[in-house]
Amino acid sequence: MSPLNGYLLVSALLFSIGLAGALLRRNAILVLIGIELMLNAANLNFIAFWRYGPNPAALTGMMFTIFSITVAAAEAAVGLGIILAVYRHTKSTDVNQLNSLKG
Amino acid sequence: MTLVFLILAALTIAGTAAAMGLRNPIHCILALTVGLVGLATLYLELGAQFVGFTQVLVYVGAVAILAVFAIMMTQGGKMDVERRPLPKMSALLAGGSVAGAVFAVFAWAILAAPLGQSTSAQPAASVAEIGQALMHKFVLPLEIMALLLTAALIGAVILAMPQERDK
Repeated sequence: MSPLNGYLLVSALLFSIGLAGALLRRNAILVLIGIELMLNAANLNFIAFWRYGPNPAALTGMMFTIFSITVAAAEAAVGLGIILAVYRHTKSTDVNQLNSLKG
Repeated sequence: MTLVFLILAALTIAGTAAAMGLRNPIHCILALTVGLVGLATLYLELGAQFVGFTQVLVYVGAVAILAVFAIMMTQGGKMDVERRPLPKMSALLAGGSVAGAVFAVFAWAILAAPLGQSTSAQPAASVAEIGQALMHKFVLPLEIMALLLTAALIGAVILAMPQERDK
């Protein structure tokens, strides 16, 4: 098995862990963390393909990862802001209890 | 497939699995920082120093701390949400099998893909080169990112601001 395969398998496992967390956890903050983990798995793929790809001098994979980390940080900030606003309204972060759109 | 890679991969997977599996949300975030540091060391192992340190700075330094603050501001020490037993057996089975099926498909695709035995030398990407690329070839995405971060900053503040009608 080549090193690239190893990194891709770790990334796939990371994605599956994040997906399981996003599906199974009931705390909205941890659901958001699961989504962040899935983004991180994609970043690891970009870096692995940049390292073992045909043209690493172009830096494309690395640039994509840097921008992706930026977007993920913005997403985390806005997502946690939304969770705080929802908590102030419903006094809960349990996604099972957030089942109505009307306030 | 070196020993270093195996150790770092095990650290990353163990940290993130604990982050998604532990019951107390604060413990989850602490385990998450371990997993994210492991991921940053995997980036370093791949020769992407700048991305590795950015990962530590952004995820461990900002996102994890932000999540801890969010937990403190929503539940504090009560944790009544997760005090109840973990999801029902049927839900656990359904979610776990979906995640397992996704991993099985990924693993099959990766192992079946004709990925060449690339043994190219470690590519060097100095911070100066990354800066040059950001300022020349990728300057438009960089500006868009700046705009996005400004919008996200303002949006997060407005979302989390107490509203008059709530009082």
